[in-house]
Amino acid sequence: MTKKLLLGVEAIGQGAIDGGISGVYAYPGTPSTEITEYIQGNKLAVSRNIHREWSANEKTALESALGMSYAGKRAIVCMKHVGLNVAADPFMNAAMTGINGGLIIAVADDPSMHSSQNEQDSRYYGKFAMIPVLEPSNQQEAYEMTRTGFDLSEKLGTPVLLRITTRLAHSRAGVIPVHSATVENNLKLPSDPLQFILLPAFARKRYQTLLDKQVDFERFSDESPFNGIIEGADHSLGIICCGIALNYLLENFPDGSPYPILKITQYPLSSKMVKKFEKLVDKLLIIEEGYPIVEEQLKGFFDYGKPVSGKLDGTLPRSGELNPDIIAKALHLKSASCNAIPPLVANRPPALCKGCGHNDLFLALDEVMSDYGDGHVFSDIGCYTLGVLPPYHSGNTCVDMGSSITMAKGAADAGLFPAIAVIGDSTFTHSGMTGLLDAVNEKSNILIMIGDNESTSMTGGQDSAAFGRIESICKGAGVGSEHIHVIGALPKNHEKLVSLIRHEIDYQGVSIIIPRRECVQKAARRISERKKENSGLNVL
Amino acid sequence: MKCDIVLAGVGGQGILSIATVLGFAALENNLYLKQAETHGMSQRGGAVQSYLRLSDRPVYSDLIPFGKADLILSVEPMESLRYLPYLSAEGYVVTNITPFMNILNYPEIELVMDEIKRLPRFVAIDAEAIAKEIGNSKTSNMVMLGAATPFIDIALQSIEHGIREIFGRKGEEMVSLNLRALHAGREFALANR
Ligand SMILES: Cc1ncc(C[n+]2csc(CCOP(=O)(O)OP(=O)(O)O)c2C)c(N)n1
Ligand code: SF4
Repeated sequence: MTKKLLLGVEAIGQGAIDGGISGVYAYPGTPSTEITEYIQGNKLAVSRNIHREWSANEKTALESALGMSYAGKRAIVCMKHVGLNVAADPFMNAAMTGINGGLIIAVADDPSMHSSQNEQDSRYYGKFAMIPVLEPSNQQEAYEMTRTGFDLSEKLGTPVLLRITTRLAHSRAGVIPVHSATVENNLKLPSDPLQFILLPAFARKRYQTLLDKQVDFERFSDESPFNGIIEGADHSLGIICCGIALNYLLENFPDGSPYPILKITQYPLSSKMVKKFEKLVDKLLIIEEGYPIVEEQLKGFFDYGKPVSGKLDGTLPRSGELNPDIIAKALHLKSASCNAIPPLVANRPPALCKGCGHNDLFLALDEVMSDYGDGHVFSDIGCYTLGVLPPYHSGNTCVDMGSSITMAKGAADAGLFPAIAVIGDSTFTHSGMTGLLDAVNEKSNILIMIGDNESTSMTGGQDSAAFGRIESICKGAGVGSEHIHVIGALPKNHEKLVSLIRHEIDYQGVSIIIPRRECVQKAARRISERKKENSGLNVL
Repeated sequence: MKCDIVLAGVGGQGILSIATVLGFAALENNLYLKQAETHGMSQRGGAVQSYLRLSDRPVYSDLIPFGKADLILSVEPMESLRYLPYLSAEGYVVTNITPFMNILNYPEIELVMDEIKRLPRFVAIDAEAIAKEIGNSKTSNMVMLGAATPFIDIALQSIEHGIREIFGRKGEEMVSLNLRALHAGREFALANR
């Protein structure tokens, strides 16, 4: 048993491999991406030929994983928090069908929005779907809870949601893995042939089954070795810590907390455990990263019972991630004195790389749009979102993946002219294609610029799902060939691109311009990998 | 033993190679370790930091509390100042002096250096120049690590071992180059602390 230095996300990847998965299904998204990348680079995963290709989006990923589970094998699905919105339909219904092979849905939340457009808390989804939620407090637990999570899933016949947040995802610690990985399940169809058929008559039965299982779910939380009470001498306060909140608390009490702690890493909340804890103490403080879901559950509507504090009464901040200082403040502990940041320190916002093809797209678009004024460009999510920031003016919206096309369409429906969507190749195949079909069917007057860098760059340069086929997809959706243009995203094509944009703005209907050039980072990686291959060196 | 380090730089400068070497050394010495990294959006030329915590007792938080860092190790001068709230009253700042100017409003470098010189304990080092002297400017991060070693309570041999582990794949030439960089950085810091 050698200790490995693993990121939280890598620990999950290792746990999934050791837990006997036959497939990982995912669409990249910070801070979840490296779970899949770890599995892709793992020797055992490669030799077992575990499924490890990227999916087109989170919904297709979850459905594929459910299909693998239907066939009796174990699977993990990985996504960032907003990805679960995309996959919400199969997620809610997988809770209804239950599973055959063990199924873990790993979702990484991003409080403080380090790389996201919101900080939604996936534990609500777990509660909404009424399935067990695991929230490990450290890297070792992330490994263990993933590895054993498949057994839990199979014992209870339910998908399990594994929720982590950015700090655990992207922090490394020593992890001790088990000696050998569980063998993969054999192919085996569900014993109940109706289990996965959610026709109303059968679905009602499945729903009752799900409701009946809640008792077991809670009992398993109660008996989980990862949940429990840590004694403390001073019972004037009891602290409930969810997930990594425990670390921030213990950081303030390295020799042990004076107050009793209830450590929560598995939901649904065990009412038995919480009640037992409540009896021990005079009042409760709830520390949880994300939304105050436990606090809401425990805080009485009429303010009866023992006082409960946390995020709702302002003891802890409502937004952003936790840290040891926030908790020191909540407990009125003395923190170390510290220096201020000198005022001359300037912000260093992220920027497009030198030589990025998106730059050529924005320079041309900005030039044309200066004739029309601000407010006409609907951007989307990816490296090219940086077009909304100076020095560019190429974007007035950035909401959710795929929304550029559909919002441009809606605005065009409302009479806005011109209405221009800017979208990346991966975002287009993730969820832009369906919106394009709407626009084509209604002959909406929009121009769609697909910045095709042949890569999913924002998240580290994963392969693009429709490499080299973007224009055929547009054609297939019904856009006229004469209004689909592919052009090199290069400084020498600036004038040509400007006049193309002008020309297609004038066309009444859907037109597509695809400025195309490989992402410079992706190209650099490709070249250095080829060099390594040629030199016969093993690439990690 | 406890050493809390804020590693600072700009996305693309490769500060994680420093953390990786220290991680190896820490494991070899059976130390507890947590190392929080920046991934995602800010990797594109934004400010990036890594919180590296080494101790002979269990480390709880992945983040360093304010005022508790023993060391700020920065591969860029302005970035060394961004994390001053983390520096403890007795802490050291070890920083490279070559600015990475990818923003229009980068302050005058003299003013940045004045701020650094005002700190009670610092080492300001021209890592690029030293790396070039050694023969490969790409070793500047190992020069920086070397400059930090006097303030990290881990045997130098373990850190050297870490370098061998990390760069071994790239051949003996790269190993010895990076080892020389490490030693040059260390000597500079010992002479200029
Ligand atoms: C629903 C959802 N899933 C994943 C992400 C993470 N994410 C943001 S942008 C992006 C991919 C962007 O790729 P592309 O559209 O090709 O643009 P590029 O970054 O390559 O310019 C991903 C995966 C997200 N923000 N939302
Ligand atoms: S990573 Fe690629 S797409 Fe993103 S800014 Fe850099 S060159 Fe452009």
